[in-house]
Amino acid sequence: MRRLILGHTTEFTLLAVMVVLCVGLSLATDRFFTISNAFDVLNVSAVNIIFAVGLLVVLISGGIDISFAVAASVVQYITALALGALGGGNWAEGFIIAGAIGIGLGLINAALVYRLHIISIVATISTFNIFFGLLMFFTKGVSIYDLPEWLTTRVVFFEREMADGSWIELTLPVVVMILCCLATWFMISRTTIGRQLYAFGDNPEGARRFGINIAAMHYISFGWMGLMAGIAGLMQAHYAEEVVPNALYGRELDVLAATVLGGARLGGGKGSVIGCVLGVLMVSITQNGLNLMGVSPFAFKMIVGAIILIAITLSSARIDKLFPFLATDSTKRKGTHQ
Amino acid sequence: MSDEPLLSLKNIKVTFGGVRALKGVSFEVNPGEVHCLAGENGCGKSTLIKVITGVYKPQEGAEFFFDGKAISAMTPTLAQSLGIQVIWQDLALFGEMTVAENIGFQYAVNGKYGLVDKRAIEEAARKALSRLGVSIDIHLPLKELPIAQRQIVAIARALVGEARLVFMDEPTASLTQSETDYLIDIVRNLSASGVAVVFVSHRLAEVLEISDRMTVLRDGALVGVFPVEGMTQSRVTELMTGRNFDSSVVAADHDDAQVVLSVRGLTRATEFEDISFDLRRGETLGITGLLGAGRTELALTLFGMHRPQAGEIAIEGKTVKFGSNRDAIRAGVGYLSEDRLSLGLNQPQSIADNLVMASLDKLLSGGMISPVKKASVVSHWISALGVKIGTPDDPIRTLSGGNQQRVAIAKWLAIGPKILILDAPTVGVDVGARAGIFEIVRKLAAQGLAIILISDEPPEVYFNADRIIHMVEGRIRATYDPRHLSLTELESAVYA
Repeated sequence: MRRLILGHTTEFTLLAVMVVLCVGLSLATDRFFTISNAFDVLNVSAVNIIFAVGLLVVLISGGIDISFAVAASVVQYITALALGALGGGNWAEGFIIAGAIGIGLGLINAALVYRLHIISIVATISTFNIFFGLLMFFTKGVSIYDLPEWLTTRVVFFEREMADGSWIELTLPVVVMILCCLATWFMISRTTIGRQLYAFGDNPEGARRFGINIAAMHYISFGWMGLMAGIAGLMQAHYAEEVVPNALYGRELDVLAATVLGGARLGGGKGSVIGCVLGVLMVSITQNGLNLMGVSPFAFKMIVGAIILIAITLSSARIDKLFPFLATDSTKRKGTHQ
Repeated sequence: MSDEPLLSLKNIKVTFGGVRALKGVSFEVNPGEVHCLAGENGCGKSTLIKVITGVYKPQEGAEFFFDGKAISAMTPTLAQSLGIQVIWQDLALFGEMTVAENIGFQYAVNGKYGLVDKRAIEEAARKALSRLGVSIDIHLPLKELPIAQRQIVAIARALVGEARLVFMDEPTASLTQSETDYLIDIVRNLSASGVAVVFVSHRLAEVLEISDRMTVLRDGALVGVFPVEGMTQSRVTELMTGRNFDSSVVAADHDDAQVVLSVRGLTRATEFEDISFDLRRGETLGITGLLGAGRTELALTLFGMHRPQAGEIAIEGKTVKFGSNRDAIRAGVGYLSEDRLSLGLNQPQSIADNLVMASLDKLLSGGMISPVKKASVVSHWISALGVKIGTPDDPIRTLSGGNQQRVAIAKWLAIGPKILILDAPTVGVDVGARAGIFEIVRKLAAQGLAIILISDEPPEVYFNADRIIHMVEGRIRATYDPRHLSLTELESAVYA
């Protein structure tokens, strides 16, 4: 247990901050601490969590992606058009088309980074602009509202009326989100490819000397990010019941902040799925709580920013640096000699 | 030892773009032997290792035998499958991963069905570590281990690959004496279990202690193969450099000279305590002690980067309180950092830019850096310190360790210092180039500069300082005059 906590300090700190936040919100509002509100938070966060686990894989391998949210918009739009051309389609075709386009866009990023040696932040800021520019140019900013009926119908796996008359619902986006999390967790921690991604992000030269296929690392990480972006795009279209070209614009920074908040290291080699989930939930819970407390929506961004700052400071700084009086003699000596 | 050599190379020639890196070298290693490959930087040691591991192809006419079998074309994969492993100086380990994952990394790459077999990894890690006779918690993240233990992890990783011949490239460069001793024990264990070890090192003392035989290279050519028994450090240095360095004590009295730096009761909790000494014009004060003795911490405080909690520092009789190292630089204190690669020099930048980094305000002309002043400062110091360069605009990383160190010293001389603190100035510098660095130090002292020379190698302070302070756990244990004790006495005091 001690090892588990030491190995996942960031995650546990985040969990602790979240518990404090939840207790505070429960005392401040009477509606926060209800099961139906918990399910609300999950439903709202599902798309961002799918994005986050995709981004996690890129971060672990030492890259970064800024373009995934607008890539998801491109996926939504093309998928909606393709389904229309197919005469409606169904869920299976929707997932295949969205996933394939997402992977394709991810591979473009990988090729720019690997073949042209452009650092990933520059490459993906470029593709962010190119994807978004092309989308707005060809769509002229027009939204699609006449989506196939199956796509906009809510899919509920489990629902129940609570004693107080509120409803709890387990919807498709949440189930898909859970599957994406499990798949990503399995890939990064149970397969050899996952360990190689960590190794490559941690020490690229060491990985190269070990004979790891560097090209494969790029294509797999960005390809996985693309797949998750495609799925998230489809889920967003399902959830919003419409395709708005600029609806996801700006999501990338929220997701990036939440992922790093969850312990993924910019620079590679570190990060976990559970951390991602906690990071996104942390932001969602804050917004949800502020909503319930009746705080002006104009203040949201400011408060969310502050919460992220506090959480990241607590989880990354050494406690004895923040509060020197807590430092024991042994930690002090360790600090000076290593 | 069997008569048949494990590895036998003859007539190895390698040419890079017209430069002959290896000029027909032969090299032999016996099974289970500890062999030393010695030579200065650029003598062809690493080229030879890369030929043996299949990274470079030798030219026509080379003979290559491993375990009695002729190898016509070596490749990195073939080298690995034959059990030839290299532990690189920079270790190539993964900091965020656990010890077990680092050691058993090949199981993480070649798992069955593409899945990671955690048990196989931990099993392999335990086996490798127990073979080395060490116990390290295999679940710890590597980055939490001290550098010496990381070295052991790297060795353990080589063992997982059924190593028969292990090259260790500068394995002790960043280790203290006791850690080096520990590593040497491990190398002995390895050799006793039949693994041949080739030790590549600058530190001659340990080479002489551990090896059975040594192969010396100079300028890409074989100088010879020598039994280590009966070899002395100065003989090895002579073989490596082709020159003869006589070391003699240079200590002299400076009692009449003006006191430049006076330190009284300087204390920083957990770092050092009650440090007092005087440093006079033209004097070189050596500070030695093991890693963790507080040498670097003391230097950083004298350089204004840390604030003392008690005691005082006076420069030329005036008490000073440095708010930052900018104040210290203004007061005439220069500090040559112990880590030249990452702290002392800005590797991608040019030689000229590095050289003037600390003295930019002296180059101003109407608020702008004057290119004329800059060029004259740069050319002055490059010729004064005998730095061998192409042009001053080349990136500093293109220079050898010794030449980089000269530029780093010039950087501080350009501020016109009264006091120069040299922290481990010979780390990563060749034996031949070391002598050059100390020549500069002596010349500077003769010109009246007060110098503090910090080193964990007692001979360096013994032969180059006027007085030696020996620090133990943050306190001054003793002050020695090199004229009144032998090097052996100093060494046994330091390593006691």
